Amino acid sequence: MDRRHFLSSLAALPLLAHAAPTPGRYERLLILVELKGGNDGLNTLIPYADAEYSRLRPRLAIPRDQVVQLGESAGLHPALASLKPLWDGGELAWAQGVGYPEPNLSHFRSIEIWETGSASQEYLSDGWLARVFRAAPPPAGFAAAGVSVATEGMGPLLGARAVSVSDPAGFVNRARLVNVAARPANGALAHLLKVGEDIRTAAQGLDAHTEFKTEFPRHRFGQACQAAARVAAGRNVAAIRVSHDGFDTHGGQANVHERLLRELAEGVLALRAALLEKDLWRDTLLMSYAEFGRRPRENGSGGTDHGTAAPHFLLGGGVKGGLYGQAPSLSRLDGGNLVHTVDFRGLYATVIERWWGGDARAALGGKFPTLDCV
Amino acid sequence: MPTHRLIVPLLLCWLSFPALAGMGFDEARHLLVRATFGADAASIEQFAQFSRRQAVARLLEGGASVTITQPPAWAEAPFDDPARLRDLSEEEKRQYLRERQREGVELRAWWLREMRNTPLPLAEKMTLFWHNHFATAMQKVKSGQLLYRQNLTLRRHALGNFGELLHAVAKDPAMLIYLDTVRSRRDAPNENFAREVMELFTLGEGHYREGDIKEAARAFTGWGLERGQGEFRFHPARHDSGEKTIFGQTGRFDGDDVLDLLLARPETAEFIVGKLWLEFVSPEKDEREIRRLARLFRDNRYEIRPLLMALFTSDAFYAAKNRGALVKSPVELVLGTLIALELPIDDLRPYAFVTRNLGQDLFNPPNVKGWPGGAAWIDSDTLLRRKQFLARLGRAAEMPGEAMRMRREQEGGGLAMRAEFALTRAGRQMDLGGWLSGLPGPDRRQTARAVLLALPATETARAGDDAEYVARLLQDPVYQLK
Repeated sequence: MDRRHFLSSLAALPLLAHAAPTPGRYERLLILVELKGGNDGLNTLIPYADAEYSRLRPRLAIPRDQVVQLGESAGLHPALASLKPLWDGGELAWAQGVGYPEPNLSHFRSIEIWETGSASQEYLSDGWLARVFRAAPPPAGFAAAGVSVATEGMGPLLGARAVSVSDPAGFVNRARLVNVAARPANGALAHLLKVGEDIRTAAQGLDAHTEFKTEFPRHRFGQACQAAARVAAGRNVAAIRVSHDGFDTHGGQANVHERLLRELAEGVLALRAALLEKDLWRDTLLMSYAEFGRRPRENGSGGTDHGTAAPHFLLGGGVKGGLYGQAPSLSRLDGGNLVHTVDFRGLYATVIERWWGGDARAALGGKFPTLDCV
Repeated sequence: MPTHRLIVPLLLCWLSFPALAGMGFDEARHLLVRATFGADAASIEQFAQFSRRQAVARLLEGGASVTITQPPAWAEAPFDDPARLRDLSEEEKRQYLRERQREGVELRAWWLREMRNTPLPLAEKMTLFWHNHFATAMQKVKSGQLLYRQNLTLRRHALGNFGELLHAVAKDPAMLIYLDTVRSRRDAPNENFAREVMELFTLGEGHYREGDIKEAARAFTGWGLERGQGEFRFHPARHDSGEKTIFGQTGRFDGDDVLDLLLARPETAEFIVGKLWLEFVSPEKDEREIRRLARLFRDNRYEIRPLLMALFTSDAFYAAKNRGALVKSPVELVLGTLIALELPIDDLRPYAFVTRNLGQDLFNPPNVKGWPGGAAWIDSDTLLRRKQFLARLGRAAEMPGEAMRMRREQEGGGLAMRAEFALTRAGRQMDLGGWLSGLPGPDRRQTARAVLLALPATETARAGDDAEYVARLLQDPVYQLK
């Protein structure tokens, strides 16, 4: 019996489905930050003390004296220097070597694996958060279980009671145009009617006009963070997803990556400041994800090709800062790629169990060790 | 002669009972809305008289590469190499990118105008299909000229031969830049193109190994640009001429050899047909039917016309369960509306902004996989934007304040604002009631429904004047379907 089959047969058993404990902690918010295109983890959380690092990257290695050192082995890209105070304050954790067995190097397949929370050879249709919310729904009074902000598609929220919003005020305004109708429908029409219903529900609850003293950066990611802060301020969604796009740096990586990381830090810092203003930071957890990291050895175009494992950050008022998991070895590569040390579903289990107080097994189809960082 | 006396009334009889001889109104509408960008009442009635085969033959008529309007002047001017961007000062760089942005709008408007007015709408539709299949984006290529040239290549082969198309696109300058082939060298091959040509252009994910990609990347080294003209050039010094092993075959393969290896594999035809299926027939794949069509495609050596003839005359295409089963793309929604409502609009620049806001920025797909399409066209954000666009068209007059508010909500500044005002003007000019009163049939509202909706409306319309009636049909969820 494959796992999908197993899960669906599990859901068909009412007793078992009801046996899952209901988490009551959706007042705690998860904000997922997608690093779209596959972030170069080795130039983000840098193993600067490893001689292999500069050997593999004659052009791209960040010189040791420019690395923002977090300890004896790892440090941040200088474009992330503004996050150092958060590290010092114990709000920033890094999960190292995050990936999965039998890595797939296609953007599209690998992000599907990440967003559905599947195994490499397993095909699931719903996002992992949709399954979490199905097992333990957020309060009916919430505007939505999740909101995907200023990015394409629903990602991990696909299949959940969720909406996609680029501008909260415009969203609420235009929602008037939707009329809710019920009728037998083919797949496409059923989808349209469901989206309409989610819009109506969300528009009644979304707080579109919260103002912050915090100024948000004008770049795209900064503006997405502002929209995310508005949605968060309503305190009536369980998860928000934002994306930062452009990490597919096959060529001329140095400048592009520097800018992307700087924008990432600026956006995240503004989001933190805004949520501190509203006394929400304690109840907020930011976590990054991406389809993969990049190849340790740089290519001939001053860039890096698709890779496997990468570090991801967890950031928030309730986070226990530090480095978690093992940094992957640079000398024991598999086909030129890093071997993961932390399964990405362990990060999801950490969110479900430690952040929301739920049971991760139903949503993830198995037990994955959590990280002690929240 | 007596025979004539017999034939003429028979002929008249045949013409006046088209349902007996032809495919009829509903099938004609279904075909035209799927295989072209939309249809007005008159063309549906015309096609209703044809058999399926006659209708599709009509759509497949004509040569390729026809463009009927002048492209923007810069499109065919001497090549302006985007690589010179590197040598510009910050201020010049900004100026350069502003110019490209303006060109981008003109280019999108030009293509929309072609789509709106072409006498060969299926060739045009397939050009868009191939643009989505061989997705290449302005974002990275940064040259309207190269994307214009790529568009000419796509339309030249749109209904021709897929193998020739694949070879042409692989050497297309915009593609060479977009997937980093120009950066690839024998001592450090870049895998980007080698991976995507297998995963997205031919075989599909799971039908190759990582090792095949690494070896194929070596074969494509040396493919690059002649920078002065912006044309393909082979650089022997950069090429790795050694032996490669791909799909278990070993040889001194070059890029063209790799493409031929890909074309020789049966997965390629199935992958392309599967994609056509999702685009034109149904979101649910019928694997048996897809295999049948894929075999036909291979037997015809990747000729596209016979494949489309088989697809668009198949019973599966016309099956009741597949009617209204697909979501209109933004381009189909926008142009389909202009076409069905017979709106004479010549400047399509504003509509380039509309399709972008709805998630389909022509010449700028989100990534190399193209637009995800299908149900993914609709999320809460894009659904509301669609409805707002249709509401604006449907409103006879609109407050300028509304347009200003819209503008604040959108990025893009000046050009986008002018687009908003132009749309408002279009809305003022549009007379939905007048359109309805010009429709044929004893029950004009019934005809309007038949022209506009693929399935019965979700709401039974209340009383109201004709203009309101049409405006409500445009707001019905079913209007989003084809």
